[in-house]
Amino acid sequence: MTTMDTRVQPRLLDAAAADLGEHHRGHGPIPWQGGVGRMIGELQSAGLTGRGGAGFPTWRKVAEVATAARAVVVANGAETEPGSRKDDTLLRRCPHLVLDGVQLLVEATGADEAYLYVKPGDAMASVRHALTERHGWDRVAVRVVAAPNRFVAGEESAVLAAIAGRPARPADKWLPVVHSGLRGRATLVQNVETCAHVAQIARNGARWFRGLGTRDEPGTMLVTVHGAVREVPIGIALSELVTGPVLVGGYHGAWLSSPAPHLSRAALAPFGAAPGAGVLHPLAPGRCGLVETAAITRYLAGESAGQCGPCRNGLPATAALLSALADRTAPPDAVHRLDHLTGLVVGRGACRHPDGTARLIRSTLTVFGDEVRLHLAGRCSR
Amino acid sequence: MTTLHIDWTACHGRGLCAELLPELLATDPWGYPIARTGGDVDVPAELHADAVTATKFCPRLALRLRAR
Repeated sequence: MTTMDTRVQPRLLDAAAADLGEHHRGHGPIPWQGGVGRMIGELQSAGLTGRGGAGFPTWRKVAEVATAARAVVVANGAETEPGSRKDDTLLRRCPHLVLDGVQLLVEATGADEAYLYVKPGDAMASVRHALTERHGWDRVAVRVVAAPNRFVAGEESAVLAAIAGRPARPADKWLPVVHSGLRGRATLVQNVETCAHVAQIARNGARWFRGLGTRDEPGTMLVTVHGAVREVPIGIALSELVTGPVLVGGYHGAWLSSPAPHLSRAALAPFGAAPGAGVLHPLAPGRCGLVETAAITRYLAGESAGQCGPCRNGLPATAALLSALADRTAPPDAVHRLDHLTGLVVGRGACRHPDGTARLIRSTLTVFGDEVRLHLAGRCSR
Repeated sequence: MTTLHIDWTACHGRGLCAELLPELLATDPWGYPIARTGGDVDVPAELHADAVTATKFCPRLALRLRAR
């Protein structure tokens, strides 16, 4: 595995443009690929994966949706993960790059409807303004849909519910969204950063894209550390970004005792972690990891949509027990009970909210194991 | 081989499925069905008929059989 120097030229954040004229001077017109499916091979060669957190190969989803008549493309900029600012930054600084990517995905899938889903605010205003400039530029008009600021509202099926005018709650996955999404139509949901990468790959090619990142996980990704957004090559040493214990991958992520590994799926997998949407929460000096995670878990329990029994019951019970552990009032078998509770919620919901919460708890009990023993003895190292 | 798909957004934990398919399903502390083996609920051929019954009698219509 090779990693690149951190002082590389950003590919997305340097594509900032105040208006369509500046965007056009810097990047030229949309690099149309010449028809449905024509871009799939290039996306496969590039090895682009979704930048919304799940990291699924983009070309596979595009290929599935491209086989359907009357497909739908949705750019997901909900960014409901607390502490993440990357999609907001991208949509404010380079809305045209994202919208070019949306149009290229429209072309690649043969879609005749396109949406961009984003929370009300500066980013939405930026997108709306950009769209007013793009008449005659876009093939399919992009409709902007407001995302509610709830954690699970960014989940794929919740996004489609919101676009259809229903509450933004995850739905049962009897049929995959790529086959049966918005109003039963094949639907491609891609994070807005992924859309921006698609536009850059169309302009510069797969070889160029693979010039940064690792062999198996090419390209750059946006990360947010302490609210600051940076574009880094995948595989960068985490120690170049943070120090001390760090929660990698946001609230559904996992704690690392130190930023020893690199920021890639392959490097983080042995630690039970993943890059996710690139959110890094370092443990602030003097803070207790159990206290911090208990607060996060209470938040996550409160963000359950309340539809699925194991999540609705299991997450509050988990949060209460972890809070007791943080407060040094937990029963002696607290760890055993937390293991049991997390085991009860995994895989038992319409979405992965319980699974992500369980991952967070399990990494906490491992990484802060010494702290757990201190707390059970009525003490705290902080 | 078929698997039993549970629509968790529909399930209210009424428990009929666990009564009709005790070989495969137990109930969790809150009354919701849980696979005895953990994870997905694989339905062996000899229990297929019972599984079909469970899908028909679920008062919330939360169960479906999926061919693997």
